[in-house]
Order: sequence, then C-alpha cells, then structure tokens
Amino acid sequence: MILLATTQRILRQLRHDRRTVALLIVVPVLLLALIYFMYDGAGNTFDRIALTMLGIFPFVIMFLVTSIAMLRERTTGTLERLLTTPMGKLDLLFGYGLAFSLAAAVQGVVATGAAYWLLGLTTMGSAGLVVVVAVLNAVLGVALGLFCSAFARTEFQAVQFLPVVVVPQILLCGLFVPREQMAGWLEAISNALPLTYAVDALLQVGQFAEPTSEMWWDLVIVAGAAVVALVLAAATLRRRTA
Amino acid sequence: MKSTEARRAFSQIKGGGGVVGQGIEVKDLVVERGKREVLRGITCTVPTGQVTGLLGPSGSGKTTLIRAIVGVQIVKSGSVTVFGEPAGSAELRRTVGYVTQAPSVYADLTVRENVRYFAALYGLGAPEAERAIDDVGLKEAAGQLVGNLSGGQRSRASLACALIGTPRLLVLDEPTVGLDPLLRADLWAKFHALAKAGTTLLVSSHVMDEAGRCDRLLLIREGRLIGDDTPAAIRERAGTDDLEEAFLRRIREQVTA
Repeated sequence: MILLATTQRILRQLRHDRRTVALLIVVPVLLLALIYFMYDGAGNTFDRIALTMLGIFPFVIMFLVTSIAMLRERTTGTLERLLTTPMGKLDLLFGYGLAFSLAAAVQGVVATGAAYWLLGLTTMGSAGLVVVVAVLNAVLGVALGLFCSAFARTEFQAVQFLPVVVVPQILLCGLFVPREQMAGWLEAISNALPLTYAVDALLQVGQFAEPTSEMWWDLVIVAGAAVVALVLAAATLRRRTA
Repeated sequence: MKSTEARRAFSQIKGGGGVVGQGIEVKDLVVERGKREVLRGITCTVPTGQVTGLLGPSGSGKTTLIRAIVGVQIVKSGSVTVFGEPAGSAELRRTVGYVTQAPSVYADLTVRENVRYFAALYGLGAPEAERAIDDVGLKEAAGQLVGNLSGGQRSRASLACALIGTPRLLVLDEPTVGLDPLLRADLWAKFHALAKAGTTLLVSSHVMDEAGRCDRLLLIREGRLIGDDTPAAIRERAGTDDLEEAFLRRIREQVTA
C-alpha cells in the first residue's frame, strides 16, 4: 500500500538522522526540567505550565520538522517525481501525518513519563490522556506544516512561518494570560485558534479525574482543524506547476 | 510482473488505435514560464521502440518540453498525448518513467531503500528493486546512503528508480551529465537494449556527441523545433558528417530565412 510505504520511507529517513531523533526525544525533557527548576517552590504553577508545554512541544516541533521535510521534497525534485507515479496526493500527506504522529507518540510518551515520574507532575486525570492530546497536537502541527510549506520557496521562508503561524497561538492559548482576562477581541482571536482548544483539553485533564465532555469537544475541534489543514494542503499540492 | 504485462497489453489496445507507432504526439504546444514564452508552438512526434534524442542548447526549452510530456507542466495552449492518452493522465502514471535533470532521490536513504520505495509505489517488491539496482550497476553501493555517493552514482540511483516496473516510455532529462565516458557508453547501450525490448525512450542532452547515438533527433532552439529527423538524414541535408556543424547550419538557415 502506497500510504504505508510512504510512512515507512519517512520514518527510515528519520532513523538515518540519529541526531534529529535524539533532539526530538531529549529536548522536551530538558525543557520540562528547566521549567521545573524555574518554578521550584511556586506551588502548583509547575503543574499548569508543564501540562500546557506537553501539548505545545509536539505542535511546534512537528510543525517545523514537517515544513522543512516537505520543502525538501519540493526543492530536490522528489515531489515532482512522486507526482508522476501512481501515488495519490493523500498518500503523501497522510504518509507524513502518520509518520510524524508515530514519532510524536514516542516523544509524547517519553516527555509525559519524565514529567510525571521524574519531575513530579500531578494531574487529576490520567497521563494516558495527556499523551493522546500531545499526539493530536503533533498531527495538527504536521497538517499546518504541510499547508504552510506550499507558500515557502526556501528554508528561510519556511522557518519564518513559525512566528507567523505558531507563536500567536502560543501567546493567546491562555498560557501567559488567562483567556477570561483578555480583551474581548483578543479572546475572539484566541477562540479561532486551534491550539487554544488543545491547551484547554490538557487543563481539563489537570482539573478533573474523569474525561469531561468539554475535553472531548476540545479534541474534536483540534482534530477538525487538522483535517481542514490537510484538505487545504491537498488543494495546494498541484501535479502541474508553472 | 504478470500484472505489468497485462497492463501493458491493455493500454496498447486502448491507446493504440489510429496512432500506431507514435509514442508521443505534441501539437502546437505553447508554454509560458514567468513572463517568458519558453515553448513557442512545438509540433513533433516520438516513435515507439526507439531512442529519440532531444537536443538543443542550454535554455532552449528541453526540460520544459519534457515536463509537459510527463504532465507536470502547466501549458498555455496545444496538446500532448502519450500512447493516445492526454499527458499526465492517471493511467500514464503507471507506464511512464521520468528521470529529472538533478537526481531526485532521497539523499538520506540508501540506494536500496530509495529503489524499494519507488517499487512499492508501483505495487512491486524487493526482487524488482534489486533488478533495477543491478541494471544500473549499483549492486555494490546498494547499502550506501545516496548522500555519500558520487555524482554519477547518484544519477544512476535516480535512473534505477525510473526503471521500476519496466515502463513503456522512459523520459530522461540529461541523464549522462557528469558521468565518465565508460559509464556513458554503458548507459547508452542500456538505452538501446531497452528500446529493442520495446520501450520508447526520449533522452535530452546538450552534448552533440550523444546525438549520433540516437535513432532519431529532435532539435530545438529558443522554444522552436528546428529539426526532426534521423541523424543520418540531418547529416545528409546539411552536407556534413559532423552533427554539431549540421545543427549550426540548421540554425543559420533559420536565422536567414
């Protein structure tokens, strides 16, 4: 099957790049440790911030990795070549989605495990749900990365989409200022950004022992946003180009 | 392997009617890239089971014509059909092998991983991949990362990916650039062997000494076709044995005409 062959190919590429794999796994843990020491003795602030970060890391990292990987497909001519084979556009897009979600799952399990066992993160809800949200966030990052890479011609441009697409979502997701305290228009923008819902889902896991219906809705919205981004990415992927 | 043959037989019945012997038919093709008209009304045909050379100076529109034939180029007007089907149609994606000018393989995979991936796209397995690797003489380097190979090995890895599934049409954009003479001779022998087995080949080059190795030549310059004949006929018409000289005389004729 072309989709699975593509997923496998992307994972193989990743496997040959050992340094990237190491960075993907180790960096989130180190950053969580940094947050742990920053908020040492500040009550439960660490719990709130670490929990949010477990959602933000996979989103940011997979967005970056995907934009660059897809841009490389374009610039090295492999994309043009793939489009002359029986491969469907969705095989390629979902291949990336699947491959990087698997990578994100490994990353999410390691980071979440470290946060709970090494750094003493406590939540009312289960750590398994945190991993689920983390993986879903990675899918969202991949989908947005695939879409945005269509508008970048160089690596420099691709990297610039990080401040454009990702940073506003982090600023407005409720991490820095609780969303209820934002000016009305800022809250409206925040409501339109998918990361807001991912962070809300994580905070729900933090506050309640059982999964809440609000959390499930949050997850549906994040998944929906990822699907919309993938459809848009498929629309920008043209077999014929100028 | 069986299914490839079945597919081939099927598309021959489907695409063969009325255009017997013509692999590619290009009619009044006009292509603009940016604001520049790169192809200015090209009409030509490429016969099946032969090696047709696409010759012309750098920037003459060879790659653009090739991209139109494999169906990845937006065209302004005119038509391109391959085996009777519009270029780039879904059926053709199984029967056309395309090698881009810069080797388009994954530098961070080994030769074997690259070729196996392309084999998987055609629903073919490891034996087919090994055959293609063997065909381009990369057996010893199969386990190496493409990024660590020499330029010539890289282009052969790229070629191996196009030989998967024994395509009916092979379109090769400057496949011998940067190869040593021995390897070039090997590849040309390989091209003729493929043609003999029924494959249609279109090979672009800007080196005139390769023109003589083709069964038929398309000469293009500044987006216009200025010659479409066998090398022997082109030599005869120009009154010289030197193809490069013949090409130059043809250009001068065009300029003064």
